Amino acid sequence: MKRRDFIEKTAASSALLSLGLSLSSFENKETKHLTILHTNDVHSYIDPFPANHPRNPNMGGVVRRAALIETIRKENPNVLLLDAGDIFQGTPYFNYYGGELEFKLMSMMQYDLSTIGNHDFDNGVEGLYAQMPHATFEFVSANYDFKNTVMDGLVKPYKIFNKNGIKVGVFGLGIELDGLVDKAMYKETVYNNPVEAAQDMVRILKKENKCDLVICLSHLGYNYKDEPNKLCDLKLAAITQDIDLIIGGHTHTFLDKPAIVKNLVDKEVLVNQVGCYGINLGRIDFYLNNNNNKQNAFKGTSIIV
Amino acid sequence: MVNLKKYNDVLKLFVIFLTFFFIVSCSKQNYHVSKIEGKRIPITEKGNVVANSSEQAIQIENFIKPYREHINKDLDSILAYCPVTLDKSSGKWQSTIGNLIADVTLKRGNLVFNAREKKKIDICLLNHGGIRSILPKGHVTSRTAFEIMPFENTMVVIALKGEQILELVDYFIAEKKPHPISGISFTIGKNNAAKNILVQGKPVEKDKIYYVGTNDYLSNGGDNMSFFKKGVQKFDLDYKLRNILIDYFKEVDTIPVINDIRISVE
Repeated sequence: MKRRDFIEKTAASSALLSLGLSLSSFENKETKHLTILHTNDVHSYIDPFPANHPRNPNMGGVVRRAALIETIRKENPNVLLLDAGDIFQGTPYFNYYGGELEFKLMSMMQYDLSTIGNHDFDNGVEGLYAQMPHATFEFVSANYDFKNTVMDGLVKPYKIFNKNGIKVGVFGLGIELDGLVDKAMYKETVYNNPVEAAQDMVRILKKENKCDLVICLSHLGYNYKDEPNKLCDLKLAAITQDIDLIIGGHTHTFLDKPAIVKNLVDKEVLVNQVGCYGINLGRIDFYLNNNNNKQNAFKGTSIIV
Repeated sequence: MVNLKKYNDVLKLFVIFLTFFFIVSCSKQNYHVSKIEGKRIPITEKGNVVANSSEQAIQIENFIKPYREHINKDLDSILAYCPVTLDKSSGKWQSTIGNLIADVTLKRGNLVFNAREKKKIDICLLNHGGIRSILPKGHVTSRTAFEIMPFENTMVVIALKGEQILELVDYFIAEKKPHPISGISFTIGKNNAAKNILVQGKPVEKDKIYYVGTNDYLSNGGDNMSFFKKGVQKFDLDYKLRNILIDYFKEVDTIPVINDIRISVE
């Protein structure tokens, strides 16, 4: 009896001690650093542009991109590497190998996630399916329904990452296929309303799963000046809430720096896109503090772009 | 003893409470974004310095190498010779490169169509926008074909009634673009209406069925070629337009300059 008594008391005191420790850890200002790296519309550009290219001489190239990513990972291992679609089509590498090399190289660079662009259907939904074994990274799309295609089960609406204690929810959005991609290519892939899909996603990611960060990988396009009614990333950012960052593609927009848009509840959202053909790598660094320290919680966010 | 037992129960409860509190306090760590930094990092030749010393980059370069060498060997082997640069903007209604591509597509498409369907293609119509590069003077390789036609479009034959052939001609006149065309000729009259429409040298008949070769994109009404959607039958030849061009380059020694008048203006 005495022995049992002793064990229980010891357990209680150790529990007290650990409570004390966990309480004291709340007091400390603990900052976590997450680096988001991203590309879009790489379009099978694996080799750098030639030195005599009129527009992009000596730019891009997978080998250099891999080296750059490696350097950044050494600096901060807490990295998410993302792509916003249109991996396929643009150089003979795609015509000869159907995207195999693109997926293999992205896997070697340890891409975490990609969404699906319209050109990723260029060899049909079967052509995309055929390359899936070469990708170690995953695909997300919240508004393409692949249920009645060979891609069924291979594309999830979202993925939640736990990066060094930070919960990051990433979902994908794709552009309307009708009129852009031949029906014979996308077959029974169903395009659903991206705004409704986004609203669903933020509810699941922010409200239900309590993600610290919500990122949208979009292939909707940055902005359409001549088509004001067409949905684009800038509009999506403004009419939704609980999205922290939209990484876009499709329009091959070279933004000097991420755009900052006020969302539905007047909070700031970052929208970024880094052109095309692997000419640039986008980098967004998030610094997060523990919310339980009230002093931090009311400080707000400083955005340096 | 009884007292002690009660005390133990309380203690047990306390331990359970603490354990729960501890778990809950751990799982509920929410983070607040205090700072965001964003920038665009250009990938330039400066990156070579890092790439040359990075083990992973060297590994990736070695991985790409056999793919690159295979493609280059295949693309750069010389197939034909082109004496004059053929350009798609060489004429108002027709171009030298357009004439060549339309003629070649009709001819090579016929090999498949004739073998499969025992029928002949009468007309070939492609689109000006589909020609993505010039055919430069000098050696012609598969790479040239890739530059001219980077897309994966395949050849399709549509059975159109004579009535739709007239729509095709009207489309041509309205669009004012030198779309590649073969097998048909017509004159644009002073009133901007077509006359003297000949298909394979014979006047067009309204109720006759004509077989028109084009690509899958246009056959579905692309570039506003809505007349293709009124086709009575459709045949997919499973023959890529680029491969038609490559097969032609392999077959020919010197690329001809085709300048015959297919569309004349009064």
